[in-house]
Amino acid sequence: MARARSPEESAALRAAWAVGLATAVYGVSFGALAVLSGLDIWQTMFLSLVMFTGGSQFALIGVLASGGLAAGGAAITSAALLGTRNVFYAIRMSPVIGPGFLRRAAAAHLTIDESVAVSAAQPTPAAQRLGFWATGILIYLGWNLTTLIGALIGDLIGDVSAYGLDAAAAAAFLGLLWPRLKARQTQAVAVAAAVVATLLTPVLVPGLPVLVAGAVAVVVGGFDLFGTSRKRAEGGAA
Amino acid sequence: MNAWTVIITASVICLALKVSGYLIPARAFEHPTVARTANLLTVALLAALIAVQTLGAGQAVQVDARLPALVVAAGLYALRVPFVVVVIAAAGVAALIRAVT
Repeated sequence: MARARSPEESAALRAAWAVGLATAVYGVSFGALAVLSGLDIWQTMFLSLVMFTGGSQFALIGVLASGGLAAGGAAITSAALLGTRNVFYAIRMSPVIGPGFLRRAAAAHLTIDESVAVSAAQPTPAAQRLGFWATGILIYLGWNLTTLIGALIGDLIGDVSAYGLDAAAAAAFLGLLWPRLKARQTQAVAVAAAVVATLLTPVLVPGLPVLVAGAVAVVVGGFDLFGTSRKRAEGGAA
Repeated sequence: MNAWTVIITASVICLALKVSGYLIPARAFEHPTVARTANLLTVALLAALIAVQTLGAGQAVQVDARLPALVVAAGLYALRVPFVVVVIAAAGVAALIRAVT
């Protein structure tokens, strides 16, 4: 018999269900957009099953949709760069997960925005562990199921622009960006990157403007531009 | 490059990034500049992707139904409307504008 759950663990499970359901639903938009960007259903499912990190998946199909397979290198690089944040999440989760090869391998695959966010919000180590696994597993199952549904829908639809689905892709990216726009530094980077990418679009081959815009982050992050006043206001709490 | 090459290469890289975080000692990434830049890189790439998706047409910049759709999406996110509803609404706005123009 399993021991009774603590109130903290029950709260972690509730959070996992809420976040898991919300995230799984937008797998439908990924599946549909992936198929409409030119991938087949198997290729779309491979991304959700193996890559399994929403931002990178959307980036890959976004670059392929605008540049085609000629932009394959840029598509790979965009996905990889967006995936780098998972390295930091993994470092953060490493002590929470604990030892064991198989357990750590499974945890690595489930290390995404949502599982780490739910885990980090829990007060006790047991609830942090449960929050991570419950969220990760729920989203993995839900995301793949809804990706398949979306891919089948996309397959039926055909022409993208008639249904406004090209605009839906931008709206989906905005949804991923929105929660990160609270600080002035991130707002400045977002605006600058958007301007750089737009200005470079007529000059560079498709896919490259997005990567060059990433350099804005390196410059602003490296010199900590636009961030100092906020840090002083917080009294150097970091 | 065929589609499978792109998909498998990108997937393996993304998976390797996740695994690397469980293998490398945490100290290498503790520097605040590295952590800050990584977070801003995510923001910059997403913002650039939004710009290209909204205004790009191959190698041209083109203002069309996608822009008002994005503006509507931003307004809905500000009102805390759920992700899926916003994405559907944005698609609807673009489709509607194209239908009437």
